[in-house]
Amino acid sequence: MLDSLLAYPQALLGPLWPVVWTLVKIMLIVAPLMLCVAYLTLWERKLIGYMQIRKGPNRVTFFGIRWLGGWAQPIADGLKLLVKEVIIPAGSNKFLFVLAPVLALGPALAAWAVIPFSPELILSNIDAGLLYLMAMTSLGVYGIIIAGWASNSKYAFLGSLRSAAQIVSYEIAMGFSLVGVLMAAQSLNLAEIVKAQQNSAGAFGWFWLPLFPLFITYLISGVAESNRAPFDVAEGESEIVGFHVEYSGMTFAVFSLAEYSAMILISTLTSIMFLGGWLSPFPVSWGLLGTGGFGWLFAKIFFVASMFLWFRATFPRYRYDQIMRLGWKVFIPVTLVWIVVLGAWMQTPLWIWWK
Amino acid sequence: MTFQQLIFWFFSAVLIFAALRVITARNPVHAALFLVLAFCTAAGLWIQLEAEFLGIALVLVYVGAVMVLFLFVVMMLDINIEKLREGFWSYLPVGATVALLMVAEMALVLTGPWFGLEDAPRPPAAPAGYSNTKELGRLLYTDYVYPFELAAVILLVAIVAAIALTLRRRKHGKYINPGDQVQVRRNDRLKIISMPAEKKGD
Amino acid sequence: MDANPAVDMVEMMIQGIRRFFNTFLLFELLKGMAVTGRYLFARKITVEYPEEKAPMSPRFRGLHALRRYPNGEERCIACKLCEAVCPAMAITIESEQREDGTRRTTRYDIDLTKCIFCGFCEESCPVDSIVETRIYEYHGEKRGDLIYTKPMLLAIGDAYEEQIAQDRAADAKYR
Repeated sequence: MLDSLLAYPQALLGPLWPVVWTLVKIMLIVAPLMLCVAYLTLWERKLIGYMQIRKGPNRVTFFGIRWLGGWAQPIADGLKLLVKEVIIPAGSNKFLFVLAPVLALGPALAAWAVIPFSPELILSNIDAGLLYLMAMTSLGVYGIIIAGWASNSKYAFLGSLRSAAQIVSYEIAMGFSLVGVLMAAQSLNLAEIVKAQQNSAGAFGWFWLPLFPLFITYLISGVAESNRAPFDVAEGESEIVGFHVEYSGMTFAVFSLAEYSAMILISTLTSIMFLGGWLSPFPVSWGLLGTGGFGWLFAKIFFVASMFLWFRATFPRYRYDQIMRLGWKVFIPVTLVWIVVLGAWMQTPLWIWWK
Repeated sequence: MTFQQLIFWFFSAVLIFAALRVITARNPVHAALFLVLAFCTAAGLWIQLEAEFLGIALVLVYVGAVMVLFLFVVMMLDINIEKLREGFWSYLPVGATVALLMVAEMALVLTGPWFGLEDAPRPPAAPAGYSNTKELGRLLYTDYVYPFELAAVILLVAIVAAIALTLRRRKHGKYINPGDQVQVRRNDRLKIISMPAEKKGD
Repeated sequence: MDANPAVDMVEMMIQGIRRFFNTFLLFELLKGMAVTGRYLFARKITVEYPEEKAPMSPRFRGLHALRRYPNGEERCIACKLCEAVCPAMAITIESEQREDGTRRTTRYDIDLTKCIFCGFCEESCPVDSIVETRIYEYHGEKRGDLIYTKPMLLAIGDAYEEQIAQDRAADAKYR
């Protein structure tokens, strides 16, 4: 069916076809992702509102559709930012100033190339997927550093130093958590990692159970890595100033997009590596509920992303020196210890997660 | 020209341009950023050579960590370019001689009849299921485990030495250990005693 | 208190172990999240403003008004007590003798951009002329729009006299 539909443009474009087809597939991932990012901002404001016994945004609608009040809020916000002026500070480096938000968003989007949405749906099923992801998430810090420097502002610069130091530190803890995952899964390929979690135990067969300390470390480091509360000293909107004080309009919006898509990316990675990806938590005998698929992955991503918002609604901001202490003196030792425990555990018959 | 060749030439051109700009850029921050670009394109070339682990490790280690620290330092320095350029003409002859010597040596080795670049056998095509990463890991932890561990120990010593050189305890620092703070319990600080609100008249 | 050091040691060890697990299982963080999680399902207290309004006290201090007696005579006698007491100096009064020999204001301006809505003018007024009403939904597009003159204030008083009189009556026994 799909093949016959694609035959015509294939013949039309000839040698250009693979490029066009890849671009189409990239669009098919990025466009829904941007939509998810937009509605994640709405869900964030709604959820935090509910936790503060408020209703959250409930006014903006289009075409007079009153039920589901507020559904057009992200669109209105986007339009507002789109038509606002982009102010470029005097004495700033214009090229780098505009490049910085792009550098922040680019890696966060590029990482989606290796995400398996279901057993068949992967843009690029490469063997070193996990390594590629780590490389991409480590590139995100450049947007922040360059933004701070190109703004020609002390406050933006100090904010970017804070944030970059934080991201580089927590990347190590995240990397060690991933070492545990690749030990348990025996593979760097993300699809293989999900398949390694498939067994008769359902939800208890996933890696969150044997790798529990790594799971928690990864989740919290992910919050720190994407500069979310309670680790949001990068922007600290209420008290301290962050790396994007000088940004306005669409350049600022791109930073927001980067932050939220990084958040969705971390949620997706947590779901894939610790919560069984597209696998169903129920036994196969349950019929539709028991079959895995993209729906389950989406549900897990939604759950983990909501946890991010829940953290933000609950915890006060960490002090900067305590953030560094947590990353270097708590998380890295915890992950190292658990990797050793895991290595020993895997040599005994008590290890039941991998055939 | 196949698509792969096209990518190769593109990456090579970007790499050479970026590498040249690293040494010619006036602003040190720009130079560092061009070095980042050079690393990224080099990683692309390595991945084209089917050395995907090395390519990604280059991005991860050099671009993701080392260059970030470089940028930290370079951004905070207020380097006076004019002063640095003062001695340019006096250093030029020495520098040019060294550079020419290196070019000549490389040309001799690579184009001469002794290296035998043409005679080198093509590596056999990788079998299906061949994982670069796995092979590298196997080699590092079996055949080369001793040099590998040695390198690791040297790095560890370097880290400890760097910290030992720079660590100083402030005499009047106000730092409070969060562990101690968490350990505090009410009973350590607070004593509830029973005391009558007013004295009984006697 | 048991003075046995061995028992103390054991007790301290048990406490230490408990603290260790409380710390590493993030016990207190989970307690905090339980609180916010509970409030997620609590009844929301949002007042949806244009459709719903919060209840208001009869003492509410909103937009000013000048009142009249039931026979239509304006109350204000231009004693200028309100002008004197106004801490923000928002009130400007000029007065003259009217043909019937009584003293009346020729000008009574309140600059609402200066007014701090303290209610001193209302309290100082010997004839209950200047009052603050419950109106809080007014606006101006220029600064000049927020300087209320005598006819404007009298018009507000005329329009809302019923409400104003009710509020004064409700509060009368506390004055």
